[in-house]
Amino acid sequence: MSSSVISVISRFLEEYNSSTSTKLKVVDAYLLYILLTGALQFLYCLLVGTFPFNSFLSGFISCVGSFILAVCLRIQINPQNKAEFLSTSPERAFADFLFAHTVLHLVAINFVG
Amino acid sequence: EPISNNPQQKHSVSAQEKGLGAGGSVSGNGRPNTAAGCGGGGGGLSGGLTQPAGWQSLLSFTILFLAWLAGFSSRLFAVIRFESIIHEFDPWFNYRSTHHLSTNGFYEFLNWFDERAWYPLGRIVGGTVYPGLMVTAGLIHYLLNLLNVTVHIRDVCVFLAPIFSGLTAISTFLLTRELWNQGAGLLAACFIAIVPGYISRSVAGSFDNEGIAIFALQFTYYLWVKSVKTGSVFWTIGCCLSYFYMVSAWGGYVFIINLIPLHVFVLLLMQRYSRRLYIAYSTFYIVGLVLSMQIPFVGFQPIRTSEHMAAAGVFALLQAYAFLQYLKDRLTKQEFQTLFFLGVSLAAGVVFLTVIYLTYTGETAATMATQHHSLAQHMPSLYFSPLPLINPIKPVILNLDTERLFDPVLSAFAVYFAGVMVRLMLTLTPVVCMLSAIAFSSVFEHYLGDDMKRENPPAEDSSDEDDKRNSGNLYDKAGKVRKHVSEQDRPEEGLGPNIKSIVTMLMLMLLMMFAVHCTWVTSNAYSSPSVVLASYNHDGSRNILDDFREAYYWLRQNTDEHARVMSWWDYGYQIAGMANRTTLVDNNTWNNSHIALVGKAMSSNESAAYEIMKSLDVDYVLIIFGGVIGYSGDDINKFLWMVRIAEGEHPKDIRESDYFTPQGEFRVDKAGSPTLLNCLMYKMSYYRFGEMQLDFRTPPGFDRTRNAEIGNKDIRLKHLEEAFTSEHWLVRIYRVKKQENRQALDHKLRNVAAKQKYTSKKTAKRKRGYVKNKLVLKKGKKLNKKSV
Repeated sequence: MSSSVISVISRFLEEYNSSTSTKLKVVDAYLLYILLTGALQFLYCLLVGTFPFNSFLSGFISCVGSFILAVCLRIQINPQNKAEFLSTSPERAFADFLFAHTVLHLVAINFVG
Repeated sequence: EPISNNPQQKHSVSAQEKGLGAGGSVSGNGRPNTAAGCGGGGGGLSGGLTQPAGWQSLLSFTILFLAWLAGFSSRLFAVIRFESIIHEFDPWFNYRSTHHLSTNGFYEFLNWFDERAWYPLGRIVGGTVYPGLMVTAGLIHYLLNLLNVTVHIRDVCVFLAPIFSGLTAISTFLLTRELWNQGAGLLAACFIAIVPGYISRSVAGSFDNEGIAIFALQFTYYLWVKSVKTGSVFWTIGCCLSYFYMVSAWGGYVFIINLIPLHVFVLLLMQRYSRRLYIAYSTFYIVGLVLSMQIPFVGFQPIRTSEHMAAAGVFALLQAYAFLQYLKDRLTKQEFQTLFFLGVSLAAGVVFLTVIYLTYTGETAATMATQHHSLAQHMPSLYFSPLPLINPIKPVILNLDTERLFDPVLSAFAVYFAGVMVRLMLTLTPVVCMLSAIAFSSVFEHYLGDDMKRENPPAEDSSDEDDKRNSGNLYDKAGKVRKHVSEQDRPEEGLGPNIKSIVTMLMLMLLMMFAVHCTWVTSNAYSSPSVVLASYNHDGSRNILDDFREAYYWLRQNTDEHARVMSWWDYGYQIAGMANRTTLVDNNTWNNSHIALVGKAMSSNESAAYEIMKSLDVDYVLIIFGGVIGYSGDDINKFLWMVRIAEGEHPKDIRESDYFTPQGEFRVDKAGSPTLLNCLMYKMSYYRFGEMQLDFRTPPGFDRTRNAEIGNKDIRLKHLEEAFTSEHWLVRIYRVKKQENRQALDHKLRNVAAKQKYTSKKTAKRKRGYVKNKLVLKKGKKLNKKSV
């Protein structure tokens, strides 16, 4: 069972390396970075405690939000999904991404206290 | 105007020509030119070539403008009949806060600690209020004054709700247009402009959260439907910002944050997952979450309370689902299954742990039943008369699109909530408007559209406009095809035109009756300011009872600025707003023990009440008494609630059964219970009432509200003195006397036995007086100095 899981994962990674374009790989690397940052924040919260709670929430939600927005960007610029997003060019997707990030970080700055 | 013969140039032919053509053919049928008919007719013709885009948008604009005007005007009854005044109770607090905001600035308002409410506790206004309403009114006032249009803040507050009703109509139009079509949208806008369920909470003068919240609700729903349709992050962020406005405006935002996840969940169940849905909901949840926590009143509730957990659950589910979809696309079925088993077991473990954690730190929903149900608006609804007289037909939609599924989900929940609490009838109203608009639109489309299709070719043949007939091959071809089809159809629909015209007439009559009904209900039921009472004499002339304002202004002008007024909590906001005095308890009802103290003071006898009033530093007591005019909302009628609430906190001192007769009746006449006849509320209400004879048929001291002659006619007050009674004895204010310097003894004076008169035993010889035990000076002997 475990060997098959490992083999599945390794095959998946191989296929991923070959089939995804560089642009998407860059976005995926950014996603991984955000994930690690979020995990670190959560770990810190577990170790040190939740005071002040609003600051922790602000940072954590900012991480999760950036992750989600990057995933949305990835979905929208992926050429395989073009059929679903006819009216959204990659430039428009990126502009939306920037706009959403502006709103998210303005709110996060207000919330961090 | 030159008509291009080029069939490819679709937009070259002037819209006016086409408009005239289609308009001409519509009126040629003799059908009334309703918006739905025009929209439906335009949609019925194939290709949309004859669709008069210019006329259509002009018509839409006009209809929406008229809907706004209708909504605005139909809410003005109270202002025309009385004056521009804030109504009822809650709006007075909102007005006072907005006034504070406009005079002191935004940060002062956000951090305001009100020490003139809930004396001696005070109230943290900034953290216990939804600031959206105040900020909206304050912003409009600020902008207008910036443009040198000097409007008083009170007028902005009074007219805010009618203005926002127009915006609600427009956002309902947008939402219904997304869900169905333009015709249904226009109908929905017209419905919601005049429907009584919404008017009841948004008349001019009712400066309350619902006035702007329904607009925010509809607009948020419109942006949500739009973002699910397009899958664009831009629309989703717009939806989040609108959601933020909704959170700042009303506690009913919980409705949105549960309905949208439910919509997503139903879509997942129906196998309609799409990437656009993922983008829309994930972005909405996260950005909406952090935005909603910016309101101090909401705080950390979105991640703590159970009402928000559905949204979080659906978010997690959606992430898992999306990730699994991604893997599924890339792996073979076998590999996918292996990973799937692993994933499911992990997820099950996480869920199990979370459930255990939540049970330990779980929330118990503790509602105070007494206080909750004492609010009449919290009772389950008993009747549905404000609902529009519609919905004989609800279209059964078998193939629901993603966004059309939104409607049934919304309506199911709205009906449930409206059944539970009368006040939430308000959330049902927009839904009903939209559904009925859709129903009417489909009916009109069906019954008018066929007529249009059939009648059009003959009308075109008989038209004198030759150039129209020659304009482009497509036009002719379409006409030819249609004639062919209609000839085939004609024998089948022999009775068609009669039935269709009857149905159309019926529908139109229904709509007109609806408009009349709405206006009548608004005028009679929902247009009373309730601060000013009006009664009508036999000859129709009006008698205004302005007792409340009379009393509050007396308080304002004749008492010390820091005087404290005790009254029942209903009047707290009005006293704070109009009289500008410190109150003990008000409509916020956040502290039940404090209210129970006041209730205990009102229900105890005068001396016990005086102790409580001394401890609370009360200077004045205000009560409402309706016995002279027969006003049934006075404090004696509310008295049992006071007793019940007091009994909840002080069961040893107050017992409800003491206030009833041995037979279990609540009577204020001679047969009433002695506890009731000696309690402070009774005494204050009926002080000097026994001397008053209202008319020659009834004895003096006849209470018109209870229809009884009062029991105790010679009431004497020891610690209070009457300060003010309004013209019709509606409001009575008493001043609490300070303690006297010398306290009266509480026991009887000691009986001292009279001393017996001393008769001298001196004889005539020794009449000279002598002092008993006087030191006798013996002559010749010098007193020893040392012994002195």
